[in-house]
Amino acid sequence: MQKRNLVVIGNGMAGARAVEEILARGGAEQFEISMFGDEPYGNYNRILLSNVLNGSQSESEIYLNPLDWYRENGITLHAGVQADSILRKSKCVLGCDGTIEAYDKLIVATGSRAHIPPISGLTLENRQYKPGLFVFRTLEDCREIAEYARERGRAAVIGGGLLGLEAARGLQNFGVAVDVIHLGPHLMGQQLDAPAGAILKASIEKLGIGIHLSKNTMAVLGEDRVTGLAFSDGTTLAYDMVVIATGITPNAEIAKRCGLKVERAIMVDDHMRSVDDPDIYAVGECAQHDGRVYGLVSPLWEQAKVLADQITGRNPNAEYHGSKIATKLKVMGIEMASLGVPEPQDERDEIVQFTEPKKGTYKKLIIRDGRLTGGILLGDIGKAAYLMQAFDRGTPLPEDRLALLFDIGAPAKKVSLEEMPADAQICNCNGVSKGAIVGCVKRGKRSPKAAMDATRAGTGCGSCKSTVTELVEWACGGAVEEDPSVHYYVPGVPLTKPELIRACREQNLKSVSAVFEVLAGGIEDAASKPGLASLLNTIWPGEYEDQRDARFINDRVHANIQKDGTFSVIPQIPGGVTSPEQLRRIADVAEKYQVPMVKLTGGQRIDLLGVRKDDLPKMWRDLDMPSGYAYAKRYRTCKSCVGTEFCRFGLGDSTSLAIKIERELQGLDSPAKLKLATAGCPRNCSEAMVKDAGAVAVEGGKWEIYVGGAAGAHVRKGDLLCVVDSHEAVIQYIGRFIQYYRENAKYLERTYGFVQRIGIEKIRAVVVEDSEGIAARLDEELQKTSAAYRDPWKEAFLPATPNQFASLLPVIQ
Amino acid sequence: MTDTTTEVMVGPVDEIPLGEGRTFAVGDERVAVFRTRSGQLFAVQAECPHKRGPLADGLLGGTTLICPLHSWKFDLRSGEALMGDCGLRTYAVRADEAGQIIVSMG
Repeated sequence: MQKRNLVVIGNGMAGARAVEEILARGGAEQFEISMFGDEPYGNYNRILLSNVLNGSQSESEIYLNPLDWYRENGITLHAGVQADSILRKSKCVLGCDGTIEAYDKLIVATGSRAHIPPISGLTLENRQYKPGLFVFRTLEDCREIAEYARERGRAAVIGGGLLGLEAARGLQNFGVAVDVIHLGPHLMGQQLDAPAGAILKASIEKLGIGIHLSKNTMAVLGEDRVTGLAFSDGTTLAYDMVVIATGITPNAEIAKRCGLKVERAIMVDDHMRSVDDPDIYAVGECAQHDGRVYGLVSPLWEQAKVLADQITGRNPNAEYHGSKIATKLKVMGIEMASLGVPEPQDERDEIVQFTEPKKGTYKKLIIRDGRLTGGILLGDIGKAAYLMQAFDRGTPLPEDRLALLFDIGAPAKKVSLEEMPADAQICNCNGVSKGAIVGCVKRGKRSPKAAMDATRAGTGCGSCKSTVTELVEWACGGAVEEDPSVHYYVPGVPLTKPELIRACREQNLKSVSAVFEVLAGGIEDAASKPGLASLLNTIWPGEYEDQRDARFINDRVHANIQKDGTFSVIPQIPGGVTSPEQLRRIADVAEKYQVPMVKLTGGQRIDLLGVRKDDLPKMWRDLDMPSGYAYAKRYRTCKSCVGTEFCRFGLGDSTSLAIKIERELQGLDSPAKLKLATAGCPRNCSEAMVKDAGAVAVEGGKWEIYVGGAAGAHVRKGDLLCVVDSHEAVIQYIGRFIQYYRENAKYLERTYGFVQRIGIEKIRAVVVEDSEGIAARLDEELQKTSAAYRDPWKEAFLPATPNQFASLLPVIQ
Repeated sequence: MTDTTTEVMVGPVDEIPLGEGRTFAVGDERVAVFRTRSGQLFAVQAECPHKRGPLADGLLGGTTLICPLHSWKFDLRSGEALMGDCGLRTYAVRADEAGQIIVSMG
């Protein structure tokens, strides 16, 4: 295929990011890419400029894409060449040095420049800024400020927003006395309300920085260089230098000149395409979507992804619907988090607030219809991660508002990430240290998933994933990237679980290879196969087209692979109830095949370990027992105590209940393994309260049903779903809960995560109260799957694939 | 290729189901041969360099292989490790007109 020309105007964070996203979608095969960049270097992280100014990072540390990156990816970079005009009729871009680049598709990513308020006396007669007057926007600005600040006495920063405060802190490091001059009534008006602004002001003043609020700068004083500022209240103050940090103005002139519609910035649709020309896209601070222009980095990442999906045709359904702004910031060492709007917008809005000015702590949440619409955390941001997630996803908040602001009764706060030594082990399964993860982020793995893939941290039991995620966010210093695949059901198909289920149903996709073919551009992803197989079997019970290569080895040979490549054989023993005859048979088989270890499992069964793959079918035949499924992302087992049969405390017949449950759910595949238990009394000997689902007999012939418990890498007591009065009802509600989980959980999401994510109230409403009217359907789907059960160990007589159980094939010479 | 290369016929292509791998004993060596869903053949060392996992039991997607033990990832074309820090030895492999798999050893 003839490659098309893609021209990108702008080589800042938006332009370079859009190109990275395009390359990640195979764009190098579709496009010849060329880029225009005003600045004579590769792309750097503008967010970290204040670190360069305050000396905590060097210039070289903040480059995102050095010049080599462009060469390696075959991109022509016109570095230091400003694009002069876009000729839409002849479809080309003219550079100010005479360069001409023809385009088939054009991306405008010209970003923004410092906004200059109407102040007199900014320039000399030659229209250059007066010496001592600066804006704070580029690496060059940063160098000039640093150069000039040495050996000066007093500096002013105009603008008390985030950037202004960071500039002030940076200037302080050069030994100058710094004042912040702010037009608004309180600092950081975008993110904070008045009380928070006041607390921040007090904290900053303690650092020795002067703050002047509601102060309107009229003029820069000085004949041939800056000597001071004059204000509308008639006062003047003497300064040797002034930095203007009063916001941004989108660079939209080039677009306006070629006739594209521009209000505050270039107007784009949900595909990030200009509203006038289907071949021109805009992204980042120069783009206006649905009336909004974003000056933060996370919306830009979201826009770049949609743009790349569209321009490469990888996902024609991708749309940008605006961004919810939630950020964690650190301003002069003061931690804060800002979510959405800082003030209520409606009289229905509920406000939850806490102030402790002496400690510099302020917390405020704005809640509408039980969901978070805004918030401020200042000083103590311990709850930020939870709140930001609840805000972003719009999940309902718990009734206990106090718990939103504080961890009540929680153990003492963990060591902060900053205090943690570099050799502290974060991932205990794979032995990955803090230093290794931070190093990996510095080398460009800026999303939690990329860092986990590269270091393998979090890929063992998974219990450290949230710490790894926080660490990556911390190490990125605000420039964290979200890997879109975290929302996908499996990483290799760009759809969430509901979208994927809909697509499979609508397009009648019944095999894993068909899903890759139709929904992933024909690209197979090995890691995604087992998850797809599980899902397809759930949505097409009895009709799913099984492809054995989509299964993990355990599911191909119906046994659990061990460290030496041998397998373990665990026959089904429902309820843990066996017999002398059965035990004798198991013993005979263990002897006959010289099984190196016979062990009782935690699930009340017997494990024969160290079995060669070739012996599996023979052993199954000799055992003549069904598979216990102790190897799969499926229903595993249901433990029980002896219940009423022998126990003098027993209140309910837990043993026969466990056996009935096993008959109902055996072999059921699910997003992750399912371990159940039944207990004959609240002493809970079979640990039913910490199982994916458990039933506990209580006095009065009743059973309590618990769901979402765990006692593995994560320990959680299950939530009480309901209390019922018969075995049949236990089986019905547990079954319905499991079917709901099968249809809605992410792949490998255990029930403890699922129940926490959805909330027990919602689950109870659906499963017990049938609030969505789907209970009958859930029961029926489960019945269908249950009816399709077939003992996989029957493959001992009829293998499913050639050499299914051969560990080594001889070569016939 | 050096002149010590020998070609070994290891068996018919249908010995390996589509999208899977099988391990073959070739003299003293063990070679894992894979057949992708698109019908391509690849041959690499049989054991993972990490903890000796049986690579033929791995998950194959396109030309990427995931070891069944600790999910090290490899590109079967080059043997390069995509996740993990040591790559695989690769062998040239093809199918002849009669559908026999031929591995070049040495």
